Amino acid sequence: MSKSNTILYLDGVSVSFDGFRAINNLSLVLDKGEMRAIIGPNGAGKTTMMDIVTGKTRPDAGEVYFDGQVDLTKHDEAEIAMMGIGRKFQKPTVFESHTIEDNLMLALKGPRSIFPALFHRRSAAEARQIDDILGLIRLGDKRDELAAILSHGQKQWLEIGMLLAQDPKLLLVDEPVAGMTDAETEETARLLKDIARDHSVIVVEHDMHFVRELGVKVTCLHEGSVLSEGSLDFVSADERVVEVYLGR
Amino acid sequence: MITGRFFAAGADRRIAITIFILLAVAIIVPLLNLAVPPTSAFYVPSYVVALTGKYLCYALLALALDLVWGYCGILSLGHGAFFALGGYAMGMYLMRQIGSRGVYGNPLLPDFMVFLNYGELPWFWYGFDQFWFAAIMVLAVPGLLAFVFGWFAFRSRVTGVYLSIITQAMTYALLLAFFRNDMGFGGNNGLTDFKDILGYNVQADATRSALFAASAVTLALAVFVTWAIVGSKYGKLLMAVRDAESRTRFLGWRAENVKLFAFTVSAVMAGIAGALYVPQVGIINPGEFEPSNSIEVVVWAAVGGRGTIVGPIIGALMVNAGKSWFTGVLPAFWLFALGGLFVAVTLFLPKGIVGMWDSWRDNAKALRAASINEEFGTDPAVPPPPKIVRSAARTPGDWSASGPEPQPAE
Repeated sequence: MSKSNTILYLDGVSVSFDGFRAINNLSLVLDKGEMRAIIGPNGAGKTTMMDIVTGKTRPDAGEVYFDGQVDLTKHDEAEIAMMGIGRKFQKPTVFESHTIEDNLMLALKGPRSIFPALFHRRSAAEARQIDDILGLIRLGDKRDELAAILSHGQKQWLEIGMLLAQDPKLLLVDEPVAGMTDAETEETARLLKDIARDHSVIVVEHDMHFVRELGVKVTCLHEGSVLSEGSLDFVSADERVVEVYLGR
Repeated sequence: MITGRFFAAGADRRIAITIFILLAVAIIVPLLNLAVPPTSAFYVPSYVVALTGKYLCYALLALALDLVWGYCGILSLGHGAFFALGGYAMGMYLMRQIGSRGVYGNPLLPDFMVFLNYGELPWFWYGFDQFWFAAIMVLAVPGLLAFVFGWFAFRSRVTGVYLSIITQAMTYALLLAFFRNDMGFGGNNGLTDFKDILGYNVQADATRSALFAASAVTLALAVFVTWAIVGSKYGKLLMAVRDAESRTRFLGWRAENVKLFAFTVSAVMAGIAGALYVPQVGIINPGEFEPSNSIEVVVWAAVGGRGTIVGPIIGALMVNAGKSWFTGVLPAFWLFALGGLFVAVTLFLPKGIVGMWDSWRDNAKALRAASINEEFGTDPAVPPPPKIVRSAARTPGDWSASGPEPQPAE
C-alpha cells in the first residue's frame, strides 16, 4: 500500500498495557480530505488509537505516518499538534476560568514559545479569525463569558472551535455529540460536514443516527483491530459487527 | 506597552491601590521613624520598622508562591529553600563586610572558619566581598536551582502531590546539607554578627529604615511584575495549564516550559525576599530551610486568597502579625492556632479573605440590583435574553455551571 496521498497511515500497530492488548495489529488508512467515522463497542481501542496518533501513547510495534512521510512515533504531543493534528477529547475539555474568546486566542495558530506569549498583543488578523470561528460555532453572543457557564453541548462546540483555530490538517474528534440533544446533534453533523470540506477528519462516535447523518465511510473496530470497513449500510449488515454489538 | 495597559482606564484598581499604598508606606514609615521625635504620638519605634520590614519580605515570599500555586496549580512545599538561598547569598556578602572586626580579627576568614580551622577561604566564597556579585547570586542561585529542579520534574510530568513531596524533600535535603559544618556555610549557627551593608551600619536606625523602604518598593515592583505576567497571554496560558494541562499540550503548547518559566521567576522572587530579610533580622541559619517554614508560606497564601495578587500579601501580613501577638501572649499555643487557622480557612474560606470579599461583594451587587427591580417592577439589570440560535431543547438549568473548576483531562 502506498503512503503517498494519505493523511494518516497506520500499519500493523500494536500496543499493550500490562499484557492487555489494547491495539492489535491495527491498519488504517485515511486519504487526504477524507472524513471517516469510527465505531466500535467499549474497549475496542478507539481512544487508544487517538492516543497513538497524537503522541500520548507510543506503540509497541507498527508504523504510524502522517501526511505520507512524517513518522508520528518519533514525536511528542506538542510537536504533533504543531504539525497539524488537532484532537477533541471525549469529555469536553476547555479552559473554564477563561472567556470563550481567550479559549480561542490560546488555541489560535502561532508561535508556541514563552516569550512571544509574554509580550503578545492581539492583532487585527487574529481578532478577525476569532470572530470567524465564533460565528461558525454559534457562540458569538457569549464571547466575553467564562467557558464554565457553557452547557455541555456548547463546550463540545467550543472545543471544536479551538481545533479549528489551530488550523490543523487532520482533526480527531472523539464522541462530539455525547450528551447533546437531537437538535444539537444535527447541528454538529452539519458543522463537521462543513469542516470536512477542507480538512481530513476522523470522528469516533457511538450514535448511529449521527454517523448516518455524516454519510461517510465507516470503520468498525473490535478488540484493537479493524473488524469491518465500508459504508454504514455495509458495516451494519456485517454479521460479525452485529455479533460484537449484541454480544452474541 | 505593559505600562500602557496599567495606566489605561479600567485597569485593575486594586493593584494600583496596593502599589500606591506600598510606595506611600516606603516613604512615610521611615520618615515617622527618623524625623519625628520619640516623644511624639506619630513616632514609629525602630523595632516596629524592623518587624514590619520582615513581614514585607514574607509577603513577597507569599506572592512568589502564589504565582506558581495560585496561577499554575504547582503546590510547592519548598519555597522556603529559595528564600533561604537568597538569604545565604546576602549573608555571605554581609559576613565578608565584617573584615577584621570579627572576634578572631582575621581580615579574610569569617569567624566560624577560623573557629573550624579553615586554612583559606573556600572557592565559593570568592566574589562575595562585592555587593554586585552577591546581588547577582541572590537572583542566580535560587533561579538556577529552580530551573534545574523544574526542568527534570516538569519534563518527567511529576504533578500534584508527588511534586509537592519532592519540593519538600528538596528543602529538607538542603536543610541537612547546610547543617553540616564542613559545607562551609557556618553549620547550624549559620551566618550572623553582621556589621555593615554597603558601608552603612546594619544596626543603625537609618539603615533599617532604608531596608524597610527597599522591601516595600521591591514588593510593589513584584506586585506590578506579577500583575503584568498574569494579565499577559502567557498568564492566561499559565491558568490554562492549571485547569486542563493536556488540552494545552494537544494545542501545541509545551506545558513543561510554561511551568518552568513561572517556577523560575517565582524562585527568583523568593530569593530576593530572602536577601532583604537577612540584613533586617541579622541572621541566616539552616532553620530557614525547615519544611515547616515552607508550609507556613502556603498557609499565608491560602488565608489571604490564592490566585489573587493582593491576597497572599494580606495573608502574610495578617498571619505574621497574629503570630507576633500570639507568641507574646500565649506562646505555647501558637502552633495550635496556626493549624486551627488553616483548617478553618480551608473549611469556611476556601478562596481566602480576598476571594471571600469578592464573592460577598458580587452577592451584594446582585441583591441591590434585585431590590431595585422589585421597586420598579421592571428588569433593567437583566439584559434581554440572548437570541438562542441553537433553539430547540436546551434544557435550562440542566448544565448549570458551578463556577470554574480545574478539570482533569483524560
